[in-house]
Amino acid sequence: MEIVFERRLEPSRLIAVLVPIISVVLALVVGGILLLAAGADPIQTYRAMFDGAFGTPYARSETMVKAIPLMLASLAVSIAFRMRFWNIGAEGQLVMGAIATAWVPLFLLHDRGIPAHTLLLLMGLAAFVAGALWGLIPASLKAFLRVNEIITTLMLNYVAILLLDYLYTGPWKDKEGYGFPGTASFKELAALPRLPEWLNAGRVHMGLIIALVAALLIWLLLLRTKWGYEIRVTGENPEAARYAGINLARNFLLVMVVSGGLAGLAGYGQVAGIAFRLQKGIAVGDGFTAIIIAWLAKLHPLGVLLVAILMAGLSTGGDQITITMGLPAAMARVVQGAILFFVLGGDIFVRYRLRVIRTTGKT
Amino acid sequence: MNALPPAVEMRGIVKRFPGVVANDHVDLTVQAGQIHALLGENGAGKSTLMNVLAGLYRPDAGEIRIHGQPVEIRSPRDATRLGIGMVHQHFMLVQPQTVAENIILGLSRPRFRLDMRTIEAQIRELSARYGLEVDPTAYIWQLSVGEQQRVEILKMLYRGADILILDEPTAVLTPQESEELGRTLRHMVQEGRTIIFITHKLDEVMAFSDRVTVLRRGQKVADLVTAETSKRELARQMVGREVVFYIDRSEYPVQDEVKAKARPLLVVENLSALSDKGLPALRGISFEVYPYEILGIAGVAGNGQRELAEVITGLRPATGGRILLCERDATNKPPRHAIDLGLSHIPEDRMHTGLIASMTVCDNLILKEYRRPLLSRLGFLVQRAIALFSDRLIREFEIATPSRDTQLKSLSGGNLQRALLAREIASGGNLMVAVHPTRGLDIGATEWVQRKLLEQRQKGAAILLISEDLDELLAVSDRIAVMYEGKIMGIVPAQEAHVEEIGLMMAGVIPERRGV
Repeated sequence: MEIVFERRLEPSRLIAVLVPIISVVLALVVGGILLLAAGADPIQTYRAMFDGAFGTPYARSETMVKAIPLMLASLAVSIAFRMRFWNIGAEGQLVMGAIATAWVPLFLLHDRGIPAHTLLLLMGLAAFVAGALWGLIPASLKAFLRVNEIITTLMLNYVAILLLDYLYTGPWKDKEGYGFPGTASFKELAALPRLPEWLNAGRVHMGLIIALVAALLIWLLLLRTKWGYEIRVTGENPEAARYAGINLARNFLLVMVVSGGLAGLAGYGQVAGIAFRLQKGIAVGDGFTAIIIAWLAKLHPLGVLLVAILMAGLSTGGDQITITMGLPAAMARVVQGAILFFVLGGDIFVRYRLRVIRTTGKT
Repeated sequence: MNALPPAVEMRGIVKRFPGVVANDHVDLTVQAGQIHALLGENGAGKSTLMNVLAGLYRPDAGEIRIHGQPVEIRSPRDATRLGIGMVHQHFMLVQPQTVAENIILGLSRPRFRLDMRTIEAQIRELSARYGLEVDPTAYIWQLSVGEQQRVEILKMLYRGADILILDEPTAVLTPQESEELGRTLRHMVQEGRTIIFITHKLDEVMAFSDRVTVLRRGQKVADLVTAETSKRELARQMVGREVVFYIDRSEYPVQDEVKAKARPLLVVENLSALSDKGLPALRGISFEVYPYEILGIAGVAGNGQRELAEVITGLRPATGGRILLCERDATNKPPRHAIDLGLSHIPEDRMHTGLIASMTVCDNLILKEYRRPLLSRLGFLVQRAIALFSDRLIREFEIATPSRDTQLKSLSGGNLQRALLAREIASGGNLMVAVHPTRGLDIGATEWVQRKLLEQRQKGAAILLISEDLDELLAVSDRIAVMYEGKIMGIVPAQEAHVEEIGLMMAGVIPERRGV
């Protein structure tokens, strides 16, 4: 007897809907067994997890706060992926955006008496430009020297992260900070406004609006503009793009300006909306999670928004069970991991089916 | 009485796809040890029927017997176990791997230790036995299309297939390679294997097969012994009406006075270029193409034709010489330059280069037009204009598609070429490079393409037609240039050309001058 995977000739819609649902259920079952092994009540844990992610206004607000950088970074990644430019460097571009955001009020325009909203605008611009420039390095290397962008974007992450660490522990360190690593706060000078009070959205800041607008713009860009058409053609068939006279080198540069810039804006949201200074905890891997989100959303800009919220919920809910259930932090990660594993792994069943072959005796 | 049961018996096979019945109660009986041709136009259901036999599709009704035993073939693995192997029209090979690696790919044996030496020796033995010459240690990307096909056949033989299905095997081969394939098939049949080959080329049916089954629109219309039929009879069965074999060029007259005054639109001077492997592919080529003219390029595949087309269209750099398009220098300019000068290009590999399978018909039709005013304004695509433009092409060029938003890959081969030609004619100017524009097309679609080329010529276009089909070149070209090892062996007026003379030049021999 043999078990084999067979390609589905005509993937059915029912399967496409059922598979993710079954995947999540299976993930919960497996996670539940592990929870039992760890001596926790699975049902109660899952409830705590859900409540911790979406159950209360506070939980919802924290989840959204977490989702904002994921949305922006994932939009950044997905537009580059659409053109088959494998930008693994959203994390670094986000960090460069964060550095630029803090640099403007703390150093460049410090004590100039510039109104907060102007300052915020300039900070956003600086973040976009910083991310874009960081993205342009691998883009130029690929466009002009054919250097593999997977390597360069990945490596530049570490350069950016180390630069960030160096700045807030070294030259930019707050001299009145009682020795804690981090820059001075610019909260008084310029803080990204929160959503209006009546929305009861807690710490959720205007970064959410930036992400929503960005998603809409990218969606329009891809479907309705000349340049979006070129990106789609290049992504679907690079040979045909060359044949049609599309300038690939220029488009790689352009797409990375947008991609890096969006990732930079994710950093902007984190610094101008949450931390108000550079410190530990700016680079927490959102740029990498963004890659998973982009694929789960099949690179669709609006899908990215939804998946980013779910991923954020997984994260805040996971944090919650370490508090309410007294579970080790690793346990939350295990449950998160199980869900991702099954959802990503389940995708194969959409395209393939499993078949058991009975081999009859000897031939 | 004691005759062997047929190798393959398919009865009442029905296979429906959304909106079409691809196979409508088709019967097929193939005797063991014979070459059986499955003839029909594109979309007649030949490939579907064979995909059912190879386990890729499950029939909606019908039964199959192999060597007299009723069987159910639910997957390609079942088919392999029954000794059925299929060589698809589009090869299923892994480019960065070697021939031997490709051949053992997917086999459950050997389980652990890979002894490539022994496997390579086995492959060498197989290839020697059937005249399927190929180096087992070569990488797939290094091989010509003909060689890749041999690998596919070897793959099936290595798996012990005794019923071989070949889907349009000669679509990618030169006349010489086709003949060679014919000999190989003969040899395999003599060893007791059974061969089914799908084709729409009548010459091949006559030359290779013992029996022939004709399909038309999903139904079996004839089952004949090849020796007792004729090309004309088969063509009539296949198309359902009498067919003209070669179109008459005089239907598209061009006045000589107009032609005489024209200046060449395409000039190639002493052009040289390298192949993908970095070897000289073009060695000093010169010719001109005038308006109202089709210059045919004949030659065995791999003698620089592909590189020539790519250099002219800007897809491959020239290492020497010069190209003039519309009297302007176009040497080593980006592809966009040639497009803007009005050069249209029917590329050799339409699915890989000329079209984007996963995008819509509409997206494909605007590929050369989207950046021009009307279709886009201020960087935005003008949806209405695009819809009108693509609907006009679909109508004018009779592209059979449910709508402009249909995914391109669901169109049939003939319609894909219609879409490509529609776009290139609509978006191009007076200059065209067409590479194997009728390769793989059925009679009806071939005629359509040839007529379109002649229409363009009549309107004043200068066309460079690269083809391996000598009959086609003789039928539509004004002059024929023969390429051999990156050089032009000679250019002859098509009307005075002798097939033998061209054949000699294709083989690298310059024939004795006959006066001139």
